[in-house]
Amino acid sequence: MSYKSKPTDAGDKATNHQPPATRHQSTSPNPRPTVAVFKFASCDGCQLSLLDAEDELLGVAQAVDIVYFPEATSVMRKGPYDIGLVEGSITTHHDAERIQQVRRQCRTLVTIGACATSGGIQALRNWKDVGGLVRMVYAQPDFISTLKMSTPVAEHVPVDFELRGCPINKHQLIELISAMLTGRKPNIPTYSVCLECKRRANVCVAVARGEACMGPVTQAGCGALCPAFDRGCYGCFGPMESPNTTALTEQFRMLGCSDEDIMRVFRSYSAWAWQFRQAGEECEKS
Amino acid sequence: MSAKVGRNGSRSIKVDYLTRVEGEGSILVKLKGDQVQDVQLRIFEPPRLFEAFLRGRHYLETPDIVARICGICPVAYQMSAVHALERILGITVDPAVRLLRRLLYCGEWIESHALHIFLLHAPDFLGYPDVISMAAGHRELVEQALRLKKIGNRVMTVLGGREIHPISVTVGGFHKVPAKADLRVLVDELAWARDTSVAAARIVAGLEFPDFKQDYEFVALSHPEEYPLNEGRLVSNKGLDIEVAEYGEQFVEQHVKHSNALHSRLRERGAYLVGPLARFNLNFDKLPETAQQVAGECGVTPPCRNPFRGIVVRAVELVFACEEALRLIAQYEAPAAPRVLAHVCPGVGHAATEAPRGVLYHRYEIDERGLILNAQIVPPTAQNQKRIEDDLWHYVPQLTGLPVETITAKCEQAVRNYDPCISCATHFVKVQRVG
Repeated sequence: MSYKSKPTDAGDKATNHQPPATRHQSTSPNPRPTVAVFKFASCDGCQLSLLDAEDELLGVAQAVDIVYFPEATSVMRKGPYDIGLVEGSITTHHDAERIQQVRRQCRTLVTIGACATSGGIQALRNWKDVGGLVRMVYAQPDFISTLKMSTPVAEHVPVDFELRGCPINKHQLIELISAMLTGRKPNIPTYSVCLECKRRANVCVAVARGEACMGPVTQAGCGALCPAFDRGCYGCFGPMESPNTTALTEQFRMLGCSDEDIMRVFRSYSAWAWQFRQAGEECEKS
Repeated sequence: MSAKVGRNGSRSIKVDYLTRVEGEGSILVKLKGDQVQDVQLRIFEPPRLFEAFLRGRHYLETPDIVARICGICPVAYQMSAVHALERILGITVDPAVRLLRRLLYCGEWIESHALHIFLLHAPDFLGYPDVISMAAGHRELVEQALRLKKIGNRVMTVLGGREIHPISVTVGGFHKVPAKADLRVLVDELAWARDTSVAAARIVAGLEFPDFKQDYEFVALSHPEEYPLNEGRLVSNKGLDIEVAEYGEQFVEQHVKHSNALHSRLRERGAYLVGPLARFNLNFDKLPETAQQVAGECGVTPPCRNPFRGIVVRAVELVFACEEALRLIAQYEAPAAPRVLAHVCPGVGHAATEAPRGVLYHRYEIDERGLILNAQIVPPTAQNQKRIEDDLWHYVPQLTGLPVETITAKCEQAVRNYDPCISCATHFVKVQRVG
């Protein structure tokens, strides 16, 4: 599922449903595929997920050759790379150019996390005057170079696979790497959090307690964490494959939420994902 | 990395992309002969403008939003935020909630310190580019390090649902609190972690440290009974002793061209240092006996002024965090309610807590609807930036006879002493210009 700027463009560059295009043929004589990890505007949490896979890290490092990963290693081997993992959104001119180079260097390009797949929380600037925001934060706005918009990687270059979440689920990352190594389709569901919630036997926080819950429109992957902790889902995995945001907006209104409240719920960690963007903008209009 | 020799014999040493730190930064050192002419820690991490887009958000959204500033220390951001907002609303949390917050923070310290000591910093001392190649020569140590890190993550997962951007923290308490039995399952692993941390501290104490000392101003929280995590007064070894609410009167941020992170200074005395070294030197007497004893055996006693020994101090804090987690779990009784609810009232609130990398200050102003009017966030790495540059000014002259590659590697190591989190550091406040 792509987060293109227009709904009609969805899916033509990135896809969450197709397996990555290339796997086995390494670009180097080294039999292990080479992996590079790149960072753009982000919190570092998604790439940290790889280091947080404590039980799997050394195994992964044997199965693939991690040759570029500045957060973890001083080795910085030049591309091309077999697999590129990209964290973060595009927010500067320099990064808009850099992502083009990264794409050229990577046989398979995977975006990891809400920033890379939807523009992240920093996409909240997309509805504001960025100059005004910079002046609010920095004493010398002229020292700061930043773009008006925070955009997902797929708005700049073709992406082979997207891994959702703020942060991603480390088990999904390991599943994706394993799938790429064996050339099979990764088992990354695109249905809603509700299915995970039922499977976990959570009591529905929306029905039983009248909580505003984004679960019905949010992609699974977290394991229905928030409902398991007695709170409504806040949508950090972004839109599921076919979200009915109109129905959910109505439901939120029935629970007594104002349109301003509902707009804020859609405008959070995947605000620029077109389905959530549209839902937020509809609340803003009414 | 690159080195240039100019016509007048000047040399510049440049690390284009600092590795094994969180976020994007570089170092530039300009030398003329043996004289250092300029040092710049350049932060080119793109600005994400958190303080600006927090305006207009509801205060209850704050703990989830500010967590996203940093994937390495999200709990720190959540803690400073909830304490500041609770001060506005006049909330006093249940003692059991206070205990759980401290426990959650211990989890983050264990995870973050284990990550930095073994995965990011130890490779410098042992001559490896990363932990994966280090595992070839030190498999057992690396496996133990990963297990330690995992235990920290496990504490966060039990309390917060997940280790990165936990979902249970809220203003007034938690969305859900664990039962006693949920915590008891952590005890055996934490006891192993404490013993392993003691052994690990002895190992890192045996590394080689350059002979380098500076007359630092150490700044940390200080609490009458506890090693500081969530609360205390802000104190220093040079006379600072203030309530957190007075922060803005004593500290100032300066925007310099080469950094997207503001430099913090004490108004009266300039650069200062926050983080493990500061906490240890100012709060040694509050450490549990085990940690004090280990520190003594490892040759670190306050005042420790060698920043390279920060890795040992971090290991001592790892012992503390495991020991403290065990103490808290033994004391825990579930609170009557997971959180206190409050009526919204407008106001201003401040709080500082001890992130793994040092003091993290937040200030919020909210209106009568509970919407944020102003937010100010001063992360530890922004505060240490000036101090990092000052260290290089003084350290590089000891290195001038060495090959450029060696100087560069040693400069990088000196920066890593601070465990800089550059992703955190690029979020600041409207500031007063100085000079």
